[in-house]
Amino acid sequence: MADYLPHTAEEVASMLALVGVDSLEDLYAHVPDVVRLAGGLDLPAGMTEPDAAALVAGYGSRNLARASELVCFAGAGAYDHEVPPVVRALAGRSEFVTAYTPYQPEVAQGVLQAIFEYQTLVARLAGLPIANASLYDGASALVEALNMAHGATGRSRMLVSSGVHPHWRAVARTFAAGTGHEVVEVPLVEGRTDWSGVDPEGVAAVVVAYPNYLGVLEDPAEARALADAAGGLLVVAGDPVAAGVLRSAGSWGADVFVGEGQPFGTALSFGGPYLGLFACTEAQVRRLPGRIVGETLDTEGRRAYVTTLRAREQDIRREKATSNVCTNQTLMAVTAAVQLGWLGTQGLREVATRCAQGAHYLFDELGALEGVAPATQGPFFREFALRLRHPAREVVARLAEAGILAGVALDALVAPGDRSIEAPEEVLLVTVTERRTRAEIDRYVDAMRGALQ
Amino acid sequence: MTASPAGRASSAPLMGRDAEPTLFEISVPGRTAYQLRTTDVPARPLEELVPADHLAESPVAVAEVSERDLVAHVTRLSHRQFSVDLGMYPLGSCTMKYNPKFCDAVAADPALASVHPATPAALAQGWLEVFVDLEERLCAITGMAAATLQPAAGAAGELTGLLLMRAYHESRGDVRRRVIIPDSAHGTNPASVTLGGYEVTTVPSNDRGLVDLEALRGVLGPDVAGIMLTNPNTLGLFEEEIEGIAAAVHEVGGLLYYDGANLNAILGVVRPGDMGFDIVHMNLHKTFATPHGGGGPGAGPVAVAAHLVDFLPGPRAVREGEGFAWATPARSIGRVHGWHGNALVLARALAYIHVHGAEGLTRVAQHAVLNANWLRRRLAAILPAAHDRMCMHECTLRATPLKDAYGVRALDVAKALLEEGFHAPTVYFPLIVDEALMFEPTETESPQTLEALAQAIERIAARAATDPEGLHRAPQTTPVARVDEARAARHLIATADASRT
Repeated sequence: MADYLPHTAEEVASMLALVGVDSLEDLYAHVPDVVRLAGGLDLPAGMTEPDAAALVAGYGSRNLARASELVCFAGAGAYDHEVPPVVRALAGRSEFVTAYTPYQPEVAQGVLQAIFEYQTLVARLAGLPIANASLYDGASALVEALNMAHGATGRSRMLVSSGVHPHWRAVARTFAAGTGHEVVEVPLVEGRTDWSGVDPEGVAAVVVAYPNYLGVLEDPAEARALADAAGGLLVVAGDPVAAGVLRSAGSWGADVFVGEGQPFGTALSFGGPYLGLFACTEAQVRRLPGRIVGETLDTEGRRAYVTTLRAREQDIRREKATSNVCTNQTLMAVTAAVQLGWLGTQGLREVATRCAQGAHYLFDELGALEGVAPATQGPFFREFALRLRHPAREVVARLAEAGILAGVALDALVAPGDRSIEAPEEVLLVTVTERRTRAEIDRYVDAMRGALQ
Repeated sequence: MTASPAGRASSAPLMGRDAEPTLFEISVPGRTAYQLRTTDVPARPLEELVPADHLAESPVAVAEVSERDLVAHVTRLSHRQFSVDLGMYPLGSCTMKYNPKFCDAVAADPALASVHPATPAALAQGWLEVFVDLEERLCAITGMAAATLQPAAGAAGELTGLLLMRAYHESRGDVRRRVIIPDSAHGTNPASVTLGGYEVTTVPSNDRGLVDLEALRGVLGPDVAGIMLTNPNTLGLFEEEIEGIAAAVHEVGGLLYYDGANLNAILGVVRPGDMGFDIVHMNLHKTFATPHGGGGPGAGPVAVAAHLVDFLPGPRAVREGEGFAWATPARSIGRVHGWHGNALVLARALAYIHVHGAEGLTRVAQHAVLNANWLRRRLAAILPAAHDRMCMHECTLRATPLKDAYGVRALDVAKALLEEGFHAPTVYFPLIVDEALMFEPTETESPQTLEALAQAIERIAARAATDPEGLHRAPQTTPVARVDEARAARHLIATADASRT
């Protein structure tokens, strides 16, 4: 049996003597017998690390989808971007990995300054002045944005474009059961939100995705006008990589920007841990969810950082807090700051541009095939939806045999009856990142041609 | 004569106490670090691909640094940061135990880490197996029937649990309004209750630091949806009347929610399910040693008793024939995470459980309790316990004698400990204890380290008598001295671009 306990038997005996009991079991003498577990846990025996290595390696070996085996064209909010050794090495430093929340700023300046730099970068990408220290993922950032809109307006009606990621909308529906928010999902027509016929009366938030989850670049100005008519907040859900070259959420008049930060240095990780990006206007700062780091001075006048505006948070405000979030995704935020530092101004622009170039190249090539049609209309950025002659799930399975993860079959992503697209079982969502070569893309096209015959 | 280069060096003196410049301050226009794959994809101009009215007028300014400068900057930041790997972190309620590197290595395996979350189940059987194996083990440890692994942190687990509570009552046509919380509870509990659409009713602790059963009976009624309890509670004391509490809550049709923040104390000794709890969340980043990442990521799986399984979030990985598949429970409350949960955190926790096994986990709990009680006894003459009897994995002590005698408060003791090379304990929590200092040594600290901590506290107590002013100014040897929190809140500077005036 293995463990990480330092105590020798002699030390345990001597410590028990100071405590005044005879055995480790006696430490629990005051626990009523009736609730005690007799016979120990029903679990296998422990094993040493080397003995456990083969066991845990077995899990990975039973995945057929690792990057080395399947070339990834799947996106839907999770993207296969370059993460260089330098970012892995820096973000993996144990000073960041094994620290707790920076409650003692005098010994937490490393994490605090890294978060401050992260906040600066998120705010710049969003085109908004304030960003928080992270939320769990894009979906949780959306939920917090709705809660902020409720706090700002006192209203509960949320207009959410069905172009927002289906899982994010699902999470928003789940949490609405507690907050009592009315989440109105506005349908898409040919991939764009149909805001006509939507009544702005009593609306707290209008949420639009830019680009939307089907890849389409919608005009957020319509959503802004609707928010203005209602006196509500405009929430823009954005792709942070696209934000490197597209007009910012702030420039479209967003009050809140939410996004999924995984593309900045976090591996695909089967969906987590990821990173919820959240930025907002100055006007909403007292309603900000979770932590925010501020710059200040120490008693000797040196620049220092500290978590601030703490009176919003759960440990102080309790049932009146702006959010219940405590543990967030700090390590992913630090990672994002390091990854963006590595990319730099030029690299971020280059990555975004190459994603768009690859996606348009693949779109054009696939569009020439029999049995493939665009599922949406309008400009797209780095992701697109295709309607296929054969069920998308079957096509994904066929292309996997050729070593390609062809994309995301939409019926696996959307809930039954979703109003973002018709007949989702025919639709495949495809993305291309800067890591995909022309040779890989051409191989994809050949495989698709074969699968559709 | 050669002109000096413009801009700032990334390299302040090593381990210096000068502020580290920001990434933006070391940026020099035109400098780069990135390197990308050669793809041979046709390089059409962006303006051909995207309509002009969608493009930004100028690129977002990030930073412009070399790889070497980036490494220096981030490494210097790391030198300004305390961590478990560096030393003892006895932060009560946070279970800052050593995080085995083995578990990190498991999570770093590309065969797990590079899998896309929308991969069809048939191609990701290993990942579904991780989920099923972990769920089964967590259920064995807690004595529950099934679990969701989606919640990303403890607070997310709490809210998930409250929505399960709500769905359960509503399914019975039962409208309930209130959730009971002890006055010693973590702040996330009441915050989650509000988001769950319930009102908080606080129940006081008795003079033994436990839930006052009579007071609890007094606030129970048919409109009570349930109670949220931490056991051992936030004072580090076992709720000995748990059987009576459970019976009283169940009698009015309420459910018992177990906040797993302190599960480390009772692994293999007591199971929440056997205590009568209906819903349990676990903090894998506490009990199961996944590293805390400077504030996250964590993972907060929620396990439930049989009568709540149908309401669990979905999809859940389940056994199907020889393999594994996704399934959504019949009356699921829905998704609570954008994908499947913090998967790599889950994989680390599973590796930790594999290594420890049944007996190892029990030893973890026993040694955590041993260390906390030894520290309580060792420090009794200086920092008396709030409740001087056997505690569990943490002990809540009071700095009241130092305050009364010398005006030295819990905060001063905490800050002075930073100078001594230890992380501070949790201070001023639970809120019901005067001058609280909550120490959770965890099982992975040696007796020698505990003794060194005790001696450091003795030195601080001695200094309180001779130099209380010095303690008010502590710490002085850390990268920065005491930080002006009021200034930060009065004039918010949340980004490098914010106005300084």
